Amino acid sequence: MSDLRELYQEVILDHNKRPRNFQKLEGANRVADGYNPLCGDQIRVYLFVEDHVIKDIAFHGSGCAISKASASMMTAIVKGKTTAEAEGLFETFHKMVTADLSAAPDPLVVGKLAAFAGVREFPVRVKCATLPWHTLHAALEGKEQIASTE
Amino acid sequence: MRPVTGMAALVMLPEVSMAFDVERIREDFPVLRQQVHGRPLVYLDNAATSQKPKLVVETMEQYYLTENSNVHRGIHLLSEQATEAFEGARGKVARFLNARDAREIIFVRGATEGINLVAHSFARPLLSVGDEILISEMEHHSNIVPWQMVCEETGAVLRVAPINDDGELRLDEYARLLGPRTRLVSMTHVSNALGTINPVQQVIKLAHERGVPVLIDGAQAAPHLPVDVRALDCDFYVCSGHKLFGPTGIGIVFGKAHHLEAMPPYQGGGDMILSVTFEKTIYNEAPIKFEAGTPHIAGAIGLGSAIDYVGSIGLDRIAAYEGELLAYATDAISAIPGLRIIGTAKEKASILSFVLDDVHAHDIGTILDQEGIAIRTGHHCAQPVLKRFGVPATARASLAFYNTRDEIDALVKAIHKVTEMFG
Repeated sequence: MSDLRELYQEVILDHNKRPRNFQKLEGANRVADGYNPLCGDQIRVYLFVEDHVIKDIAFHGSGCAISKASASMMTAIVKGKTTAEAEGLFETFHKMVTADLSAAPDPLVVGKLAAFAGVREFPVRVKCATLPWHTLHAALEGKEQIASTE
Repeated sequence: MRPVTGMAALVMLPEVSMAFDVERIREDFPVLRQQVHGRPLVYLDNAATSQKPKLVVETMEQYYLTENSNVHRGIHLLSEQATEAFEGARGKVARFLNARDAREIIFVRGATEGINLVAHSFARPLLSVGDEILISEMEHHSNIVPWQMVCEETGAVLRVAPINDDGELRLDEYARLLGPRTRLVSMTHVSNALGTINPVQQVIKLAHERGVPVLIDGAQAAPHLPVDVRALDCDFYVCSGHKLFGPTGIGIVFGKAHHLEAMPPYQGGGDMILSVTFEKTIYNEAPIKFEAGTPHIAGAIGLGSAIDYVGSIGLDRIAAYEGELLAYATDAISAIPGLRIIGTAKEKASILSFVLDDVHAHDIGTILDQEGIAIRTGHHCAQPVLKRFGVPATARASLAFYNTRDEIDALVKAIHKVTEMFG
């Protein structure tokens, strides 16, 4: 059970149960869809970007606790950040969950996202955690196609 | 040793359980004797692939170590022996399915390739614009996509017979959809996502009354039920070796002899020809006509052993034991608050698909894995049927004859842990 608690930390369970920014965003100027064909997780990320700053963000869709909590915490942390800062967080987050330990996350940078470090012990769940970030990335790039973890 | 709870079960249900020594059977499956994450492995992912008895592994090892040679062409002793073993396996398959003749059995890679073979060599030449292929709403992607591909090529149309809320085929709707343009019915015998056993006898009879041939996908049925292709009178029947306690990479197509004789080859190459010149090639006869290239010889021989093994227990006894185990498991997990079983047909094989309120199937799968319990989570390569039930994914426990009531108890206990964590 101890390993499971590493994965399903209280903060993750909380964001799963009460996801933040879980809605459709009226007036969004960037939207992207993410899909994980392995488990059927679907997410849509809405952004309102102005002067390279993410002024507002929301998400919608269905998925497992890890993907939902990851999306919820992602929206909370990137709101108000510049697009470049958001992309930098994606990179740091990705390294953290894919066990690239050469880049130990700076707690000041990742904040609550550090809760996802436990995901690296569960390789099949890494894609669940990164799906929202891939989708955010696609929205920032303004890509038309559906973001995928594949 | 069998624990006391198991003894109680023996007393309650003496007819089947006493005759069926599951602990003895488990000894034939070394893979089951291991720990996963520090817990005894509880393997409940049999619909994805089954475990292999020692007999199968040893037969294949023996073949490679002492008999390995190519088939149908060598003049030397080893090749003769390999050919005899390979063709012997074909005979075992024919008897297993009660086919009239071993020449009605084609070896392929699996049920998927089997359906593709029938789509390519049987259906495609028959189809023109506006013709119809009829399937059901509960099909695996392997019994949807090949038909979509052949429809795209020919202008034919795919029709889908609906199911009811229990996951049973609506026979009235099916009969209505059998029309003057229907050229083929292709339907699963047992649903991999729901466990439903389809009334294939009636499905075939209704189709034949209208002169429509029928392919039955037996990938999930052959490991659990006695199959008699002559009694069914199906035109084609496909199954996969690896779900039938045999190796991966080998599967079976049964086809009625007159169909196979009339069908063009599936792939071109060696073995499937009688003579080749640059001007003209004469094809071999069925089934070799459909087996271009060196086949999976060891796989076929291994599958033959798997059939021997299953036969030594008896599919009637297997079906009876699994039916008992399924009833036990259904009662046990139904009692878990917030749990809903997807697929509640009256006639079911040992598959339990379920969802939990507010917990995604993937989270269930991860937590169960930590308890040593292997299940499948996701859409089970049957996205349309899950959509029908309004769920993106389910957790699926699928049982085999080597599973026990103790394992079901472990499953129930682990699901309770899931609900506690997410409660």
